[in-house]
Amino acid sequence: MRPVFDPFVLPFVLGMTFVLLYCFIGMIRIIWQLPKEDRRKFGRSLITPKTAWKNIKDLFGDCLFHVKIWKRKPLLGYMHSSIAFGWFMIIVVGHIEAFALSPFKGIELPFLQKMMSNLYMTIFFRYFSLEELTLKAQILSFLMDFFLLMIISGIIIAVVKKKKPRQVGLKRVTKFGIKEDLVRIALWTIFPLRFLAESSMAGFAGGSFLTKYIGFELLFGGNYNESLSLIFWWLYSIDLAIFMFVLPFTRYMHIPAEALLILLRNAGLKTTEPRKGYALAEIYSCPSCGLCIDVCPMSENKDNYKKTAVYFMRNVRKKKRREVKKMTEICLMCGKCVEVCPLGIESINIKMAQRSKIYYKLKSDFSYLEGRQTTGDGQKARAKVVYFAGCMSHLTPKITRSMVKIFEEAKENYEFMDINGSICCGRPMMLTGKANEAKALIEKNTELIMNSGAKRLVLSCPICYKVFKEEYDLGGVEILHHTQYINELIEDERISIDRSDKRYVYHDPCELGRAFGVYDEPRNIIDNIGLLTQGKSDRDMAVCCGGSIGSLTMTLEERDEITSNSIRDLMHNNPEEIVTACPLCQKTFARKSPIKVKDIAEIVVENLE
Amino acid sequence: MIDFGFSISKSSHIQMDDVDLKSFNKLEALNPDIKTCMSCGLCTATCTAGNFTDVSFRQIILMLQRGKEKEALQKVKKCMMCGKCMLVCSRGINTRNILLSITRIYNEE
Repeated sequence: MRPVFDPFVLPFVLGMTFVLLYCFIGMIRIIWQLPKEDRRKFGRSLITPKTAWKNIKDLFGDCLFHVKIWKRKPLLGYMHSSIAFGWFMIIVVGHIEAFALSPFKGIELPFLQKMMSNLYMTIFFRYFSLEELTLKAQILSFLMDFFLLMIISGIIIAVVKKKKPRQVGLKRVTKFGIKEDLVRIALWTIFPLRFLAESSMAGFAGGSFLTKYIGFELLFGGNYNESLSLIFWWLYSIDLAIFMFVLPFTRYMHIPAEALLILLRNAGLKTTEPRKGYALAEIYSCPSCGLCIDVCPMSENKDNYKKTAVYFMRNVRKKKRREVKKMTEICLMCGKCVEVCPLGIESINIKMAQRSKIYYKLKSDFSYLEGRQTTGDGQKARAKVVYFAGCMSHLTPKITRSMVKIFEEAKENYEFMDINGSICCGRPMMLTGKANEAKALIEKNTELIMNSGAKRLVLSCPICYKVFKEEYDLGGVEILHHTQYINELIEDERISIDRSDKRYVYHDPCELGRAFGVYDEPRNIIDNIGLLTQGKSDRDMAVCCGGSIGSLTMTLEERDEITSNSIRDLMHNNPEEIVTACPLCQKTFARKSPIKVKDIAEIVVENLE
Repeated sequence: MIDFGFSISKSSHIQMDDVDLKSFNKLEALNPDIKTCMSCGLCTATCTAGNFTDVSFRQIILMLQRGKEKEALQKVKKCMMCGKCMLVCSRGINTRNILLSITRIYNEE
């Protein structure tokens, strides 16, 4: 008969209690901070069967396996899954083991101790368990050993990742301070210590291939030393306690926070405040994995790589206002970090919320737009399609001219809404944090479009496309980017194109590709015109052109660096021309590119039959 | 006297000794690239808002340098932040951020 209690369990029990309390209070705080409407939405989502099912699926798929990491970096996916899933299974199987074999059965314990024993019994099961060699016990202890081995293999990869990031396919990993180092070492040593502690008594307390044969027989030479064994149990418990006491203040807070974030996200909530409610759940969920560092266009620059999303999130968490401001304002808002984030943390939304808090003394005044009527080409209320070129397209008249040519070729009944100069769509204003002031522009443009009576709106600029899609209320007017429109014309055979054997490469504009997934339409058009080659990274991993108006403070030199890097990526397969679908990208690339950079509308016009 | 439709225009003489450049110096410290502006006017030529009304980045900077803050700020308020001036600037000045800094630094009396 083994004892029912030993003082070595105390550090663990205290740590566990602390962590549970902290997380519970934190959860209440985050839910409390949500706007009333959001809170109601969250509550409703928990009892809706469809979202509840999605919650369960995501909790397993994301927290335990991290399907998104598997897709991008299988080795890191294995690393995370083995530790997260392995640990989870050890807890689950541990509970089954404790329930099935119940070593404390028949022992009457005082209430408090009984509660406590529920906490520690599964964790230190081997110490308290009875010598039993039934088949049930053997199967369970085999499972426990199997998952322990799985975790240890994951930790080995983690050590390699830390020492030699290139071995696991990363250029840079996040740099950490002392506190984070301490908690990492604590985490890494938990399972080797568990292995040692369990092995030391596996000779008579049960155990399987790992603890019994490798651990007890080989490592300990088949001898049981009571005091040595107890030292390992103490170390194991203290190690767990260190991990749990430091956890809430480090990146490992993502373990509990992620579960809450998934529930909130599935309820359809979005960031509204820069550091409250949903944003706070995101901030605590960031595991500082650093997958966003390598993909960020800024990390080409040695000085700027510390301005990437992972460092941003950390500084927001630490409330370092000056750094946060700097990082908020330099970001290009290309959204690549959000695309790779295994937790789907929308750091650009937090940046937008931060920007909305910038205090501008001077308020905008757009009263001069009053009374401005729609364009005067006399087709009012007859046109089916209204074309809005946008400010940027007016800077590249080749695009607007090409679009006019295409409309005429397709015999479209169209109206060129801003032929005499456009009113800005409002997105640049919103990006500076002046969302309220942008409303004046949005209202004016809405009025002009509604007055035209058209049923479709064609845009040439992805920047406009994004804001029209997200902020405008145009009733039933269909919003199309010109790539979608031209693709439709080709498919309906309203324009016909001559094929050539020119080699093109397509650059995905951030606000068209990553934001709305318009990847196939432009590629389809180019397939009809010539040969489409691939850049080094395309589609959702396309590199920002560097011209983005998302960044407020980035200097031209820094932008040029990004542009050159992006062009290098595109030149991967020696194309003859770079094609893009954004006037801003086109203009930015044209300054640096060794080959011609054209808009997709231009090459369509060049190849019209 | 016969009115020929001509008159003497108001003096545009500015006494620089009386001009308070405190805010402008602050702006210059925040955005040192402002010093490289050579008033070429590319920004004015492309300005989206300038198509409808009297906005000109070049003028705004000149006016601020000469202490004509009130007039300059009236122009700044009309900016739509589209960023075209930044894209065409021959000196690579981050004009958009300068305009944002102005709205942060200057107060409208």
